[in-house]
Order: sequence, then structure tokens, then C-alpha cells
Amino acid sequence: MFQIVKCKLLADKIYLMDVKAPRVAKRCLPGQFVIVKMDEKGERIPLTICDYDREKETVTIVFQIAGASTYKMSQLKEGDSFQDFVGPLGRASELCEESIESLKQKKILFVAGGVGAAPVYPQVKYLHGLGVDADVICGSKTKDLLILEEEMRAVSANYYPCTDDGSYGHAGLVTGKIEALVNEGKQYDLVVAIGPVIMMKFVSLVTKKLGIKTIVSMNPIMVDGTGMCGACRLQVGNEVKFACVDGPEFDGHLVDFDQAMARQRIYKTLEGRAMLKEIEGETHHGGCGHCGGEH
Amino acid sequence: MDVLKRIPVAEQDPEIRAHNFDEVCLGYTKEEAMKEAQRCIGCKNAQCIKGCPVAIQIPDFIAKIKEGNFEEAYHVISESSSLPAVCGRVCPQENQCEGKCIRGIKGDAISIGKLERFVADYALEHDLMPSKPESFLGKKVAVIGSGPAGLTCAGDLAKLGYQVTVFEALHELGGVLVYGIPEFRLPKHRVVAKEIQKLKSLGVQFETNVIVGKSVTIDELFEEGFDAVFVGSGAGLPKFMGIPGENANGVYSANEYLTRSNLMKACNDEYDTPMIAGKKVAVVGGGNVAMDAARTALRLGAEVHIVYRRSEAELPARAEEVHHAKEEGIVFDLLTNPVEILVDDIGNVKAMKCVKMVLGEPDASGRRRPVVQPGSEFDMEVDTVIMSLGTSPNPLISSTTEGLEVSKWKCIVADESGRTSKSGVYAGGDAVTGAATVILAMGAGKQAASAIHEDLKSK
Repeated sequence: MFQIVKCKLLADKIYLMDVKAPRVAKRCLPGQFVIVKMDEKGERIPLTICDYDREKETVTIVFQIAGASTYKMSQLKEGDSFQDFVGPLGRASELCEESIESLKQKKILFVAGGVGAAPVYPQVKYLHGLGVDADVICGSKTKDLLILEEEMRAVSANYYPCTDDGSYGHAGLVTGKIEALVNEGKQYDLVVAIGPVIMMKFVSLVTKKLGIKTIVSMNPIMVDGTGMCGACRLQVGNEVKFACVDGPEFDGHLVDFDQAMARQRIYKTLEGRAMLKEIEGETHHGGCGHCGGEH
Repeated sequence: MDVLKRIPVAEQDPEIRAHNFDEVCLGYTKEEAMKEAQRCIGCKNAQCIKGCPVAIQIPDFIAKIKEGNFEEAYHVISESSSLPAVCGRVCPQENQCEGKCIRGIKGDAISIGKLERFVADYALEHDLMPSKPESFLGKKVAVIGSGPAGLTCAGDLAKLGYQVTVFEALHELGGVLVYGIPEFRLPKHRVVAKEIQKLKSLGVQFETNVIVGKSVTIDELFEEGFDAVFVGSGAGLPKFMGIPGENANGVYSANEYLTRSNLMKACNDEYDTPMIAGKKVAVVGGGNVAMDAARTALRLGAEVHIVYRRSEAELPARAEEVHHAKEEGIVFDLLTNPVEILVDDIGNVKAMKCVKMVLGEPDASGRRRPVVQPGSEFDMEVDTVIMSLGTSPNPLISSTTEGLEVSKWKCIVADESGRTSKSGVYAGGDAVTGAATVILAMGAGKQAASAIHEDLKSK
């Protein structure tokens, strides 16, 4: 069992948990992910690692309620445990393999969207720890949904919040902010974009135009997370890659995002129904279209 | 009684079993087992033992069945096999013990598999346990993977007095026995879990959720105090055909389809993992895994076609599995090969474009090479395609273990006794051979256990 030692609501439907997982905490690096499973009947859910503390032997995860399983997870409290917590899975960020000298010569821009701020954070923190400054754009729908602002400000050179509704920071999408920064004369050698697939797609289109190498972190549907099932396959250039063993980070200019989005929809209806069942109980939720939902 | 004919074994009626996940074969009764055992002539120079990868003393255990002494029969088997209830069910006996049986020359071979299963089930029902070691040797062995190779190696070493810890990447123990082979061939709770329980009673320790190569490396295991490491990490990454449309929604690897159904129990509403079983399913491939996937899809309510590019004679699956699949109503589209998966406008599979094949000259494998029949293209309407084309090795261990030699196919290189290029590291099963059978993996686990014992006792 893997105990939750800290639990925090970051924003509406977005939760942060520190989980005691000695083996994972000892070895994980930015960019890697874990799979969590709540109980015997739970799903195996892949989550990119948000932070880790090797001394306290904890790993930090952040998730947003997106279906029945994440809804159930949100009900867990400090002191509760996950039955299973396995990792670190996938390859670490390419940045972890580079020397400090080479990193120091690079101008890196991180672009986070929504809960994507969680996997971006350990990378920026890792660089900051090496004395490498990086800029960070964090986008969300509205100010209240912006997460990890304080933490991110503490480790980034420049922090640029963006909100779709203009309630905070740059008004508009992260892509607009990237272009604005470049137009102001900022030069970047590398963009690391993590967030919703649609955001990563458009960031990659913009950076391709601007000629900036771009890394994205994919989080497709997975079952085992160790290379066994192939559910997480993606088209990357001419090759089919497994996100769990070959990724999760790939060259954003090569990923077929439209296919990835189509694959993410596979279980949408089933998941929606399961979530309604979880929240509303075993009722005839929504009705059948004939009875008005009262049965 | 006609001594040339084997005592038939009861099976669930095909029409009924096509709609449930209960075991197909019901096994012998005591009376049936004793009758079948009478047919064994107890050869002095028993060929059947030579056909058994773990060299069970077959005539001896059958002689005990003849006497009605099932407990003794179990002890004879458990000297050689740690998982008899599994082997009795999934071994390809026709090519092994039964294939070599002298009785088989004129009549039916002795039903060795069914007799083994009978004895093993008797032991499970009566809680018979393998004998514990007399003393502990004070040496620790790490076993990577809790599939058939790992469990066998762990069992043999525990019986010899080693302190064994098995590391499993998934959340449940059993490897392919739980994620791959379906319930109707191998009951999980009644058989697999109980066999593992026996190993626990021998003192074997298990740690789930540890991916060696990621959570810990082999070198770190030595630092943790293990004297030897056995790698039985299994087959690895599923192969796809590389044809257009293969990433469409509705195309699965057999591994994914079976893992969702077997391990995650996705078709049981009480479990959270989702699964779309499909209404018309094509399973591409002709091995045992293809049969398992096809028969699973059938039980989940689909019309199922096996699509295989060679003819029936070349089907790599066990004859019994093919026979059962046909009985249950699975359609075999032989000499047929997919060339493209056709996709609708929202990314779902709508059909599979296939060509007809004819058999040409024998290829390197000795089987006649299938060649495309010109102008034979046609569309097969399906909503689900399950690719069952085998696997390629998982690089997680080989890429993180310095000094561990791999072949050009990325399989771990090990000699017949399981010794690898790295001192103290042994390997066996699919990680070494590529996808093969449960019993071959068990044989390799057994060999490695004896090599480990040989090497460690001299240290």
C-alpha cells in the first residue's frame, strides 16, 4: 500500500497528492510518470510526476477529475492509501541527459496548459537547481484554474501567466504569448510544451513556423505502462511509437496530434456514463430519452 | 474397455460455454482418472519423461493414480513441477509427453495432461503442500517476473532452501497466467492464485509494482544483498503489421484486449477499466494467443473471424484450441491477409481490406510461403481488429543492465542452463526465446534454478 501523506485542492477539480513510494522517489526524474491504481477494482491511471522528495521518499502527483476513476481518487484523504503505485515509467526528459554547460547555453521556454503545469514544474525546478534559467508560460481558462503559480515563479526566470478569459496575465491563448515574446525579440532554442493535446498541437504549429525545436509530453490511453499492451501507440513521423517506453516526450513537429486526439476519444462515452453512475448512484441517470429520467 | 482408446473427458457444451467464462474442460473424476491410468503400461525406458521439459516422473505418478493414492501421485509430480495445475491445462502435451507415448503408436496416447490436472486439482482441493526445505541456506535470490518461468525458478530454489523474492511489474502475480490466458482455459482464483499461495507457504516472498530496469536495476539488487538474479520478464512489446489504418480506434493488440478482459476484468461492471468488446471482430494471427483473443471476443458477444495468411495445417495454435474455437462457432478465414484497415470519418474501424493467399515454396521456417493471389482483394466488414502477431523483447532490463548480452533480436542471451553473459545473472522464458509456451518457460526456470544452486553452493 502507498500512503497519501499530503492532499491539497489546487483549483476546482484539480488535486495534488504527495504519496509515499520509496522505490519511485529514489529513482524518478523529471519527465517520467507513474501508474496509480486505487483499489482492487480500480483502473491503472498514468500520471506524469509533478515533484519528488528523495529524503521523505514521496512522489507528488496532480490530477484533474476527468472520469469516474479520478472522481473516486479525489475522495481520498491524507492517511488513505493507493493499493498500487508503480514507476518511474517512461524516459526522463532529454534535458536530464545534457551537461550543465550545454544547458546553460540554451534559452528554453516551457509552455504549460491547465494541469500540464504539474509535469512542467519538475523540469523547470531541475534546471533551476543546476543554475539554468528558463522562461515559463502557464495558460488556463481563467485565473482560478491557474495552478502552482507560486512554485513556478520561484524556479523560473520569467513567468508569464495567460488566461483565455483575460482574468489574469496575458489575455488569450499560450500560442499568442509565444508569438508575442518572439516578436518582442526573445530568442528561444527549445520549447517544451505540456498540456491538452490540442494545445500541444497548436504550440507545435507555431514553433514550427518560428523554427524552434519543440518537445511535447504525450499522455495517451494506457493499460500496463510497461510496453506490453500497445494501447498508447502514436504516429511520430514515419514510425509508430509506444508512449510508455519510447516516450512520453516526443518531437512535437513529428507527432500526429489529430490521430492522438481521435484515440483519446475511444472510451469517452463509457467514461462519461461511469462518472455519472459514480456521482449520481445507480439511478437511471439522464433518463432514456422517454421517461424523463425519473426511473 | 478398449485399451487403445482414451477415457474421454467431460467438457462444457460448446453452445453454452460460448456465452460464459467458466472452464471449458471439466477434468476427470476419480473413477475416470483411475481407469485412464490403467492404460499406462509403465515403460521402463519411459519416452514421455523425455518429452517433458521439466522431466516429471510420469509413469510413477500414473502408477500412484492406478492405486488410488492421489496424494503420493501429487508428491511425485511436485518433485519436478511447481505449477502442475497450470501445466495440466495449458501444456501442448500432444507435442511433448503424449506425443512420445508408446500407446500412441497404435491407439490413443495416455491422457497424461488430464491425469496431471486431476492430481493437481486433487492437491488444491485437499490443500496438499509441497515438502518444505529441511534448512535454509542463508542465500538470497531475486526473481524478476512472476510468470511461469519466474514461479518455477522461485519454487525450485525455495525447496532447496534459498530465500527467494519475486519482483512483479504489474499489480497482480502470475504474469501471462493472469493477464494473457483467459479464465475459461485457466481459472485464476481456483488454480493460479492457489498455486502461488503454495509458493508463499514455501517461504517465497513477492513484491508487486516493481519494474526492474526502472524502479530498481539488477546491479542495485545485488547491492540489496541478493546473491543471484533470475530474469523471467516475459515477452514484451506487441507487434503490429505496419499497414495503413492500424492506429484507428478499434484496433487492439491481443495483449491489450486480453489484459483488459483478464487482468483488469474490464467487462465486469464492478471494475473501472473500460472495454469495447466489438460486435464483429477479426483476429489476425493463428497462434494460441489468437485463439484466446478470439474465444474471449466470442464470449463477450461478438461474431469472430480468425484471419490467417497460411492454411489450417500451418496454424501454430494447439490442435485442441483450434478444435475448441471451431466448436464454439469461430469462423476461420484461412489463406487471407489484411493489407489495410479502413476507417470511418471519426477514426473508427469500419472494415479490413484483405487479399487471398496461395501457398508457394517452403520458406526458411520450412512452412510453405504464402503468396498473394492477384486480383483477390476484398473488404471484410468489421468494427474491431485484434492483432495477434507475437511480440518483440522489452528493452527495459537489457538497456539498464551493463554487461548483459542481447541477441540481434534483442532477446537476452543465455545458455541452456540459463547462465547469461553477466556473472550472477540468469535468464529464461520468453525474455530469452521470444514468445513461446508456458511449459518451455517453466523448463527454463527449472534449468536456471539448478544452475543457480550449482553456482551458489560452491561459493
